[in-house]
Amino acid sequence: MPVTYQLIASNVLSSNVASITFSAIPSTYTDLVLRASVRKNQATTATEFYIKPNSDSGSNYSFTMVYGTGSVATTSSFASNTNGLLIRYIDGTSNTANTFSSSEIYIPNYNSTATKPISSFSVEENNTTSATMAVQAHLYAGTSAITSLLIGVPSLTILAGSSFYLYGIKNS
Amino acid sequence: MPATYEPIATTTLGSATATISFTSISSAYTDLRLVLTGTHETTAATVRMQVNSDTGTNYSFTELSGDGATATSARSTSSARINCGNANFNNTLPSLITVDWFSYAGSTNKTCLVTTSQDRNGSGVVYRTVGLWRSTSAITSIQMFPSTGNFATGTTATLYGILRA
Repeated sequence: MPVTYQLIASNVLSSNVASITFSAIPSTYTDLVLRASVRKNQATTATEFYIKPNSDSGSNYSFTMVYGTGSVATTSSFASNTNGLLIRYIDGTSNTANTFSSSEIYIPNYNSTATKPISSFSVEENNTTSATMAVQAHLYAGTSAITSLLIGVPSLTILAGSSFYLYGIKNS
Repeated sequence: MPATYEPIATTTLGSATATISFTSISSAYTDLRLVLTGTHETTAATVRMQVNSDTGTNYSFTELSGDGATATSARSTSSARINCGNANFNNTLPSLITVDWFSYAGSTNKTCLVTTSQDRNGSGVVYRTVGLWRSTSAITSIQMFPSTGNFATGTTATLYGILRA
């Protein structure tokens, strides 16, 4: 049997950046998994980081999610947005120092030219009165094979120490 | 990375099919992961799961879900299957379902975690489900099937084996 869960690329930030890109993603896998540990320079409650396949800024993104804050479970959704796959929730500078959120994003059939369902699970734990964990169902309506992932936070920066690991999964 | 995550079998449907089955599953791994992406042939249905073709009321499951308006938790006991979401596996937009069976070859009852992603441009639903199969038998086959009708052509399912490093 072949080994099928392999690291494609990683990026551990040594300085604050606006965004990073995983480019030239090989088409040799079936699915992609992104594991991220993220903190951003947002003083108020931090919300999200984005992933834009192929740097696509079209209105091709939507999600439905359910999340809990430690006191209540809530659901929300977002249709036809242009800001990318929004991965919620992540730590910001108002959260416990030196704490980074953890996220896993599963992108099946990334070589497909059809609409892609995507799953994510993200936790933003910190020692304050509110912390959030969220599971999201995303839909990416782009119809090109995914060859790159642009990752960033809107109008802000991803803080040094954040890390991103991109894996490929092969089904044969 | 250790050679611990391996494909056991994969199928891409060449025609509409009522049941996707993985059979003769080896006990060589520690855990199993099933990844299914696809659509229904004609309508909206619930994808259901059984193992070892057990149609008895030996399953239970608990769900957490959200549809953008209401967050819900529900459960079913003495069920004849584990539901992977609800009636949102449709014929227009693809769904993603993953299933992790833990210690599937062990001698205790078997538990699983199911993720169901069915966004429909902001009007869909997201599920997390924990399931239990009350049997001490090793899992040697898995059956996935819609509550009505068929999986559509092009639906893909892959079973992976995860071996402790």
